[in-house]
Amino acid sequence: MEYFLEIFLGGLTRGSIYALIALGYTMVYGIIELINFAHGEIYMIGAFTGLIIASILTLVGLHPVAVLALASLAAVIYAAAYGFTIEKVAYKPLRHAQRLSPLISAIGMSIFLQNYVLLAQTSDFLPFPNLIPEFEFMDPYAHIIGSAEIVIILTTAVVMVLLTILIKFTKIGKAMRATAQDRNMAMLVGVNVNQVISVTFIIGSATAAIGGVLIASHVGMINFYIGFIAGIKAFTAAVLGGIGSIPGAVLGSFVLGWTESFATGYVSSDYEDVFAFALLVLILIFRPEGILGRSTAQKV
Amino acid sequence: MFTLSDIKKSLLVSLWFMFLTFPIMVIRVNTIENVIEWRWNNMILVGLGSFILSFLWRYMIERKEAGRKKAETGVTELPLFQRIVGNRRLSVPGMIGFSIFIIVFPFAFSSYQVNIMTTALIYIVLGLGLNIVVGLAGLLDLGYVAFYAVGAYSYALLNYHYGLGFWVALPVGAGIAALMGILLGFPVLRLRGDYLAIVTLGFGEIIRLILENYNDFSFGPSGIANIPRPGFFGMEMSLSTAIIYLYFIMIGMTLLTVFVVGRLENSRLGRAWIALREDEIACQAMGIDKTKTKLTAFSLGATWAGMGGVIFAAKTTFINPASFTFMESAMILSLVVLGGMGSIFGVIVGSFVLILLPEYLRGVGEYRMLLFGITLVIMMVFRPQGLIAKVRRTYKFEREEVSGTPEASRQ
Repeated sequence: MEYFLEIFLGGLTRGSIYALIALGYTMVYGIIELINFAHGEIYMIGAFTGLIIASILTLVGLHPVAVLALASLAAVIYAAAYGFTIEKVAYKPLRHAQRLSPLISAIGMSIFLQNYVLLAQTSDFLPFPNLIPEFEFMDPYAHIIGSAEIVIILTTAVVMVLLTILIKFTKIGKAMRATAQDRNMAMLVGVNVNQVISVTFIIGSATAAIGGVLIASHVGMINFYIGFIAGIKAFTAAVLGGIGSIPGAVLGSFVLGWTESFATGYVSSDYEDVFAFALLVLILIFRPEGILGRSTAQKV
Repeated sequence: MFTLSDIKKSLLVSLWFMFLTFPIMVIRVNTIENVIEWRWNNMILVGLGSFILSFLWRYMIERKEAGRKKAETGVTELPLFQRIVGNRRLSVPGMIGFSIFIIVFPFAFSSYQVNIMTTALIYIVLGLGLNIVVGLAGLLDLGYVAFYAVGAYSYALLNYHYGLGFWVALPVGAGIAALMGILLGFPVLRLRGDYLAIVTLGFGEIIRLILENYNDFSFGPSGIANIPRPGFFGMEMSLSTAIIYLYFIMIGMTLLTVFVVGRLENSRLGRAWIALREDEIACQAMGIDKTKTKLTAFSLGATWAGMGGVIFAAKTTFINPASFTFMESAMILSLVVLGGMGSIFGVIVGSFVLILLPEYLRGVGEYRMLLFGITLVIMMVFRPQGLIAKVRRTYKFEREEVSGTPEASRQ
């Protein structure tokens, strides 16, 4: 039972990280129907910025909690800036192009960013300082769940709640929902669509950066390539839940996290990714619109 | 173009990029010795570079907008390349010269050069195969490399276990790849474009991961070595002869592919693919079987990948899963897009540019992938139709100039 619980919570942690990345995918897709392939790279850049800032601050001799806070803040700011810039450079000029063009531009952007970090930093795995403190009250449960995992799950929950509030109750959230429903109509009623798209990229990138710092601190290793596989997994999660739907992305992430955890825990760790992709293929075959997605009839 | 506001804009852009690239480009932390390296000269480079590039970027965007306006007024002329091909006086000597070059090439250059050329030719075949799927049928396949892997492993394993030769393995590998294409195609072709892209990507990764982990079957990451090169009626060949021989096989293969794809394009099936790409619903209304048409595109594309794989295995004599990553799929897709989606000649040019250029530009070696990524973005932004755009065959209605008929007098 304890083994089961451990795996269950491990899956929840994994799912939380996927959810933080998947949000960006699903929000961007909801608004401009683009698979933002460079999103995984933004997560990676967030983690790298976090690492660099954290290392400097640790050398200066700040308290680990302050280091974590400041490094996360820097990661969020930089990731958001990158998301914003990428949209302006690689996607905005293609807004009226055929459907394949932005996707290929996104693949190009992703390759570019990977190699940019590879050349400017290093191709080696860098050790990431463990910034999340060990809580004493967690000691009795330490064999089931670590403090870092608790922090990850709680942070994700807080981010989700904030995001829901933003989208449900603020003006920009309303504008985002309107743009997602019908971009032209939103423009007609005076929504600044370009601004909405920029904000979407910024928010999505920021949440991905939070995920990046948390997971890097938990796993303790990063390199320039972590974004690719995490991005694909998170996209899988977003599609599982029904792309374009925010609760769907979260649910899909947890389903994916549990699938991987249980597959590794009970079957074999070699095929972790195979299970993830097989799940994706199965879901898409039997329920192409995802778990929570709505199927829309195509009109002529 | 160098007004004050332009300079101000560029200055802002350059400041923004200096801010953006600050942590990654300027700071490098050595976590083992705990020293921080500050590389301020990088910041100056970024600032200057982005200042100049922002001018160029704006100029290019303006030109693109102007071009679009011109296209809207209806004045379009054939691209330069099509005019050259259309002109027999230029194209016939060109073709003859090119053929002589192809035949003389392996004897005039070193084995190393011939090997690179063979690689480029393999990519042409792969690109043309993917062109059927992406360019003609409009199905974005990001896991194309899976079929390439299937072809390569079919040859390697069949040879290892049953001692099958190259010439037997070539059609068998193609057949297995085609079968895989159909197997994958059946469930996923109902999906819309983006979903299809991600599922094929997943499929490609699954194949690679299985090859990597299923040691009893595929010998895992260590791969399979000692795959024989193609034979010629049991003749013993020296290494350099074998390379030249493989080069000519590849030339033949490329010509065959170009011929088949060219014929397919203007066939009933090819037109069905293009129609499907343009509008699925209208196409179905015209009585085209969607599933069957898509499946043929998928499996035909896979067939070429399978053959490419067999030849690749024979060329390198060693394969392992590391040769079949997503980057490879991205590479093949990029050369199709770079060359011009749907255009045969474009794919050829695209492969030469993408495969040969990095080989001859060893100096930019480590920047190769960086430039590659940025080229994809720039191509999509400024020239989405590719280097050599596909020109659809058009029929013009021309009145016959026969004087005296009522038709002519009515003009």
